[in-house]
Order: sequence, then structure tokens, then C-alpha cells
Amino acid sequence: MAKDVKPRVKVPKTAAAGEVITIKTLISHKMESGNRKDSNGNRIPRSIINRFTCDFNGQNVIDVEMQPAISTNPFFEFQAKVPESGEFKFTWYDDNGSIYEATRAITVS
Amino acid sequence: MRLTRRDALALGLGATAASFLPLRAVASAEEAIAAFTGGVEPAEGGVTLNAPEIAENGNTVPVSVEAPGATAIILIATGNPQPGVATFNFGPLAGAQSAATRIRLAGTQEVIAIAKMADGGFARASRVVKVTIGGCGG
Repeated sequence: MAKDVKPRVKVPKTAAAGEVITIKTLISHKMESGNRKDSNGNRIPRSIINRFTCDFNGQNVIDVEMQPAISTNPFFEFQAKVPESGEFKFTWYDDNGSIYEATRAITVS
Repeated sequence: MRLTRRDALALGLGATAASFLPLRAVASAEEAIAAFTGGVEPAEGGVTLNAPEIAENGNTVPVSVEAPGATAIILIATGNPQPGVATFNFGPLAGAQSAATRIRLAGTQEVIAIAKMADGGFARASRVVKVTIGGCGG
């Protein structure tokens, strides 16, 4: 499972100091809800990403707790304030203990 | 097999529990709200919930929430097997208290957003979404 998980993040490369930017994130993950059954009628065990966080230079932007009702390939769009140049860090936490990470640098001009 | 008094009691309890099952989803939606608000009655307004009126595919329904001045927003799907959807906690660098995502809806139902405000109050908004094909499997 873990090897076909691919995070994709869209962050502008530059911003003005204090500007509010829009960030879009998508991660490929099947988000098995635990409610579905296979062809033999057995319940397929739950396997989802249960938490997503975004930080900028160590300060939190958004922290999302996710439940099985989030769709396959979880997508999030949110706003962040950029006070200085630095790095956005995105972290996804899988039910199975895996942690997926992505980082994006942004320059304040 | 003889039916002992103990067996009869167990059967009766089982039947009572089974008769409560259909009510469970709605009850747990209320529980999920109560767990978030701590029993405080949320006010109407102050939070915007955008969801389509008709969703053709319940597997991926785009929704967005916005609540200026909120510290957290919880999304609840009252008609899903598990009503909780997501909780958005906004940090100090959140540019606006808004977020968009895609959710699964099992059928036509009411989606509720509750925002926890910085002053300790709560705001509530809800939308009914008609779902053509349910998205929770089963």
C-alpha cells in the first residue's frame, strides 16, 4: 500500500510578506472505509489516512482529523499566511503507522 | 435444547438491542456534535457550508466550509454509517478559516458544519445533499 502513495502539493513559489495564499494538496490513497465487503461477503478492514497537518517554519497552519467519510485520494484546499520566506511542510498520517511528507519552499519578495 | 431462564433473558436483551439499531446513526451524529460542543447549543449563522444540492456520485462530493474567527470546524454527515467526516483545526498561520475537501455520502442526507469560535461560542450550518449513487459501499 505504502509505495503507491504519492503526495501532490500546489503552493505558489513567491509571495508578498503577510500575503494570504491558497494551498491545494492531494494524496493518492484508496481510503478504505471499513464498511465495504469483498466478493465473499467479508468486511474489508479500514485503512485510511487519519490526520493531515500543514506547518510553515514550525508554526501550524491547519491540522485536519480525518474519518472514513473522506473520499479516495484525499484533497484539501486551504489558506495560509506567509510572514517570511521559508518552507511549508505537509504531513499525512496513515492508519498503518506510515507517515507521508512533502515540503515546498516559498520566497517572500 | 431446553430454554433456561438465563437463555430467555439473553434472547430478550438481544431483541431489544436489535430494535434500537436503526436509530443508532442519528443518535451517534448527535453524540458527535455533543462531544465537539460540550453540550453548548450552537447558534445559527457565522459559518458557511457549501455543498452541491444534488451530488451524482456519493463517493466524492465537494464541500467547503468557512467561518471567520473560528478555531476549529467539524463536518458531520448525519446519514452515514459513521457520521463523523473531518475536523479542521486552524493554526496561527491559517490565512482564513476556510477549507475545502471531498467527502463520501451514503445517501441523501443532511450535512452539518459546526464551528468553534475563538470566544468559546459555536456556530452551525447545514445543507441537505441529494445523492444519486451512495458512496459507502456495503
